Amino acid sequence: MLSKYGFIGILAVVAFGFPVLGLVVAWLLSPKKPNPIKQSTYECGVETIGDTWVQFRAQYYLFALVFVVFDIETVFLYPWAVAYGQLGLFALVEAALFVLILFAGLVYAWRKGALEWQ
Amino acid sequence: MHFVSDLFRNIGLWFHGWLSGLLPGWAVTLIEYVLGVLILLTGALVTVLLLIWVERKIISRLQDRIGPNRVGPWGLLQTVADALKLLTKEDIIPEGAEKVSFNLAPILVVFPTIMVLGVIPFSRGIIGADLNIGVLYIVALGSIGVMATLMAGWSSNNKYALLGGFRVVAQLLSYEVPMVLAMLSAVLLAGTMSMQGLVEAQGGGFLNIPYWRIFVIPLGFLIYFIAALAELERTPFDLLEAESEIVAGFFIEYSGMKFAWFFLASYINTILLGAIAATLFLGGWQGPFVEHVPVLGVFYFAGKTLLMTILIFWIRGTFPRLRIDQLMGLAWKILVPLALIVLLLVAIVIKLPVPPLARQAVLFVSNIILLLGALGYIGRHLRLTAERQKLGGRL
Repeated sequence: MLSKYGFIGILAVVAFGFPVLGLVVAWLLSPKKPNPIKQSTYECGVETIGDTWVQFRAQYYLFALVFVVFDIETVFLYPWAVAYGQLGLFALVEAALFVLILFAGLVYAWRKGALEWQ
Repeated sequence: MHFVSDLFRNIGLWFHGWLSGLLPGWAVTLIEYVLGVLILLTGALVTVLLLIWVERKIISRLQDRIGPNRVGPWGLLQTVADALKLLTKEDIIPEGAEKVSFNLAPILVVFPTIMVLGVIPFSRGIIGADLNIGVLYIVALGSIGVMATLMAGWSSNNKYALLGGFRVVAQLLSYEVPMVLAMLSAVLLAGTMSMQGLVEAQGGGFLNIPYWRIFVIPLGFLIYFIAALAELERTPFDLLEAESEIVAGFFIEYSGMKFAWFFLASYINTILLGAIAATLFLGGWQGPFVEHVPVLGVFYFAGKTLLMTILIFWIRGTFPRLRIDQLMGLAWKILVPLALIVLLLVAIVIKLPVPPLARQAVLFVSNIILLLGALGYIGRHLRLTAERQKLGGRL
């Protein structure tokens, strides 16, 4: 088992090193002639007005919050799915209750309008 | 004849035997691992070079054009020329950009795609590392890609990029839930998260075909495919790089090799979608006569992956882009409830005291009924919305 993770370790080094190598080669080959106009923020030729990092609509964060709930649910369900064959009927009832509670949460968010995009 | 029937594995065994005569055990393992990683990487890069050409040709034909045909025979070397051009382009860093995350983002976007290649099962015994948490490993690495795209959007100091970055968070997070739940149904059916175990569980029956998950839980496959397509940021879910709205989205300020990495990651992800869909739902390397002639498995797997990839290209050439409210509605109001229902259905049917084939029939029929019900619901909803708009009133 441990030697399998040895392979993953070597893969990780290569997966990180390969894009770095590409950037280094590009840095060696590419011309470097910076000027203020070239480096200005791209906005189809129009000069950009104001700060970029402005306050943003809360809608995006609502979805992120709902996501956290469901993502943790799936993390709990994966070990359940693997062990399901060896478990008795109580595993089914337990998981069904777990999923139904979350389903109720989804319905609640839906009724509250958290899933509507205005 | 016996050597040819399991060609790739026998080459590996022969190489292992030859090397073991020369070097101590740990050095043999090390060399084999490094070679394996390099073969995976090279294979992926060559496949991407070819696939970009294939996509451009397919899209051209769909749009009544010829496509690239100047560089090399049939334009085959067009992608190589493009890659060389990008390699020698100037790297522009916009003023006011967060340098560290701006430079790290293209590296982190390529990293998970190459990492996932390590658990793709090409044939029986031909896999980088058959981890017992294979599916979880893939899901976990997918999140790094989301983070990298958000980093790119945030650090560019550009409003289009920031908007693209926010859309990335909203879309990728929303579609990750149904995708992971659909994968969970396949894991539940097999009772293992190991990628080889998942493929083994789909064998047996007439010509090794009837237990492919697409014939057991077709709805699960459909949910996975739609959600994974959204995770790919491809048409019809390409809002986060919509050229006509926010120019290119989160990688608008990237040029040269950094842009090339975003492009490469997107194409490796396309192949991976095909490969994971093939492994989880289309039987992986299972197919007729694979138990007698194992070398066929590699071709079955490659064929299924290629089929899925070409389907994605075809969709790109056919469908218009979704609106953002439709996009979020599809994920949370249709795909997530459906995926949960399919999951519960599988859990219940597994516990039924009937023969496997009967279980499969129950699952298949109920999946089809669910699918038709969902389609009917969407159709009614769309018709009602259209009528409301015709009346001109709001509600």
